[in-house]
Amino acid sequence: MDESGTDTHGAVARVVATPAALEAIAQLIAERGPIMFFQSGGCCDGSMPMCFADGEFVIGSHDVRLGEVGGSPFYIDARQFNVWKHTQLILDVSMGEPEGFSLAAGEGRHFIIRSKVFNADDQTVLNSG
Amino acid sequence: MTLTEETVTAGTTADGTFVAPGQPGSLVDVKPRYENFVGGHWVPPVKGNYMKNISPVTGQPFTEVARSTAEDVELALDAAHAAKDAWGEASLPERAAVLNAIADAIEANLTMLAVAESWENGKPVRETLAADIPLAIDHFRYFAGATRSLEGRSTEIDKDTVAYHFHEPLGVVGQIIPFNFPLLMAAWKIAPALAAGNCTVVKPASPTPWSILKLAEVIQDVVPPGVINIVTGPGGEIGKALASSPRIAKIGFTGETTTGRLIMQYAAENLIPSTVELGGKSPNVFFADVMDEDDEFLDKAIEGLVLYAFNKGEVCTCPSRALVQESIYEKFMARCLDRIRKITQGNPLDPTTMIGAQNSAQQLEKIEGYVDIGRQEGAEVLIGGERTDLDGALKNGYYYEPTVLKGNNGMRVFQEEIFGPVLAVTTFSDEADAVRIANDTLYGLGAGVWTRNGNLAYRMGRAIKAGRVWTNCYHLYPAGAAFGGYKISGVGRENHQMMLEHYSQTKNLLVSYSTKPLGFF
Repeated sequence: MDESGTDTHGAVARVVATPAALEAIAQLIAERGPIMFFQSGGCCDGSMPMCFADGEFVIGSHDVRLGEVGGSPFYIDARQFNVWKHTQLILDVSMGEPEGFSLAAGEGRHFIIRSKVFNADDQTVLNSG
Repeated sequence: MTLTEETVTAGTTADGTFVAPGQPGSLVDVKPRYENFVGGHWVPPVKGNYMKNISPVTGQPFTEVARSTAEDVELALDAAHAAKDAWGEASLPERAAVLNAIADAIEANLTMLAVAESWENGKPVRETLAADIPLAIDHFRYFAGATRSLEGRSTEIDKDTVAYHFHEPLGVVGQIIPFNFPLLMAAWKIAPALAAGNCTVVKPASPTPWSILKLAEVIQDVVPPGVINIVTGPGGEIGKALASSPRIAKIGFTGETTTGRLIMQYAAENLIPSTVELGGKSPNVFFADVMDEDDEFLDKAIEGLVLYAFNKGEVCTCPSRALVQESIYEKFMARCLDRIRKITQGNPLDPTTMIGAQNSAQQLEKIEGYVDIGRQEGAEVLIGGERTDLDGALKNGYYYEPTVLKGNNGMRVFQEEIFGPVLAVTTFSDEADAVRIANDTLYGLGAGVWTRNGNLAYRMGRAIKAGRVWTNCYHLYPAGAAFGGYKISGVGRENHQMMLEHYSQTKNLLVSYSTKPLGFF
């Protein structure tokens, strides 16, 4: 997937990653092995994507796998997905330490989510999929 | 002193602004670096690493704190376990005396701690002086009183058989504090844990570790060594080490939902209880009758809407969704927007400042992202919507304009906690519509209802699925009023003497006063 918002088959993706995020993911995997992402919500650093060693966070039967970023799975709570599903999540990296229990996206940096509201064409493709 | 005499408060400049911590004339001393507070002593981190602590007021680092690791958490747990038997057996008057002494020590340093917290968090000093620190003081006094009234219960099962129930301390607990009220949230967690006879290991939020260490300096002589231990560092390292430790008997956490789930996951692995408070998207409902008169109550209701900007919106219960009845929408919002225009933003250490700096660059960026989503979703920006550019030393601080977005409840800006001074406003037609919109959220922490009709207020309060419904008021946090979430806002309650139960084991002694055998064998 890339920033254009489509995956390698040209389909509309629910989650994509910027080149900076892909680089950070590759670096993390090289240093610590496989990782996973879970979209948070709520207080404080809610709305931040949380990055963990793969398997650290137990995925429940009501979580939704939005897709993959840099080969790593990206999940969200189904209830939160229901109110976020009209937007595409764009994983990026920014300065500053992560909050919560998330892994850093490199020294002194953290992952963040930017969002794009799907247009009508995207919605049609998503609904047909 | 006469009324015409110029008076300058200690630690302030001539215009009344408090001198920044660490500067000549400030009430607040700042050391170059701070160690962990463990076993009543200041203990350097095992691996010797420190991290810069930034003031959001200027965006500049002003001190360093320990960048601790799992080894430091173990040291703190060692100290807590060494102290737990003596503290657990301390009499109720002894426990209460310590809690009262903590309150007295904080009160004696109220202004200093208010300035320190403002500097580290970015919140206006008028809030820390009038709310955060006085409420923290009162919280310790409340639990000092509560512990004195702690009673077990006994039941006479039959004439010769009695079930006695005693409260026994859990032992050592772990507590993870959020950045939005570094001292008050620490008080909310520490006071009941100590009152119930437990020792605690506290992990402050990564962006706000220092003001709690200033608190430790103030209370270190009145707390028995090892009863309170504070370890600073990144959540992914020491938060996890603490929450997953088999050496704690309970974990308390305030923060976002994913870490909340992780906390409960770790608690499940160790079969211990947890309390998690995970935020909200609180509706604040204004019925048409608030405008029946142009009086003090209407003025209060207008302020009630504008309270979304309290602590720059970094409040779990921020009234971030305003639901205004259609028939008064234009007139009421005009009055509210007029009030919002009068909010003064600037140096948080200036007592006239009403809105200060967001806590971190990360938070500021998140707020910008949400306003961007809101615009994409078609929300109308009624006021604000941009970063605030300030001059001089504040130029690199994290300031955002008080913002109001008009839209509908399906938008993400109505569904997710922005944790900034951003209000999402919409209208409703009648009572049923108000209940429907208020409850159309994943969260259920706080809510507000404003009406002159007591029956309507009661029905709304009972119909809204939230742990607290402020009725004709908002953002009051008195000790003694239970606080906690419905739905995904969390599990458990704080801020009430019921916390003593949550921080205790129940010991049942089932005693027979009969000499007769059962007769089975």
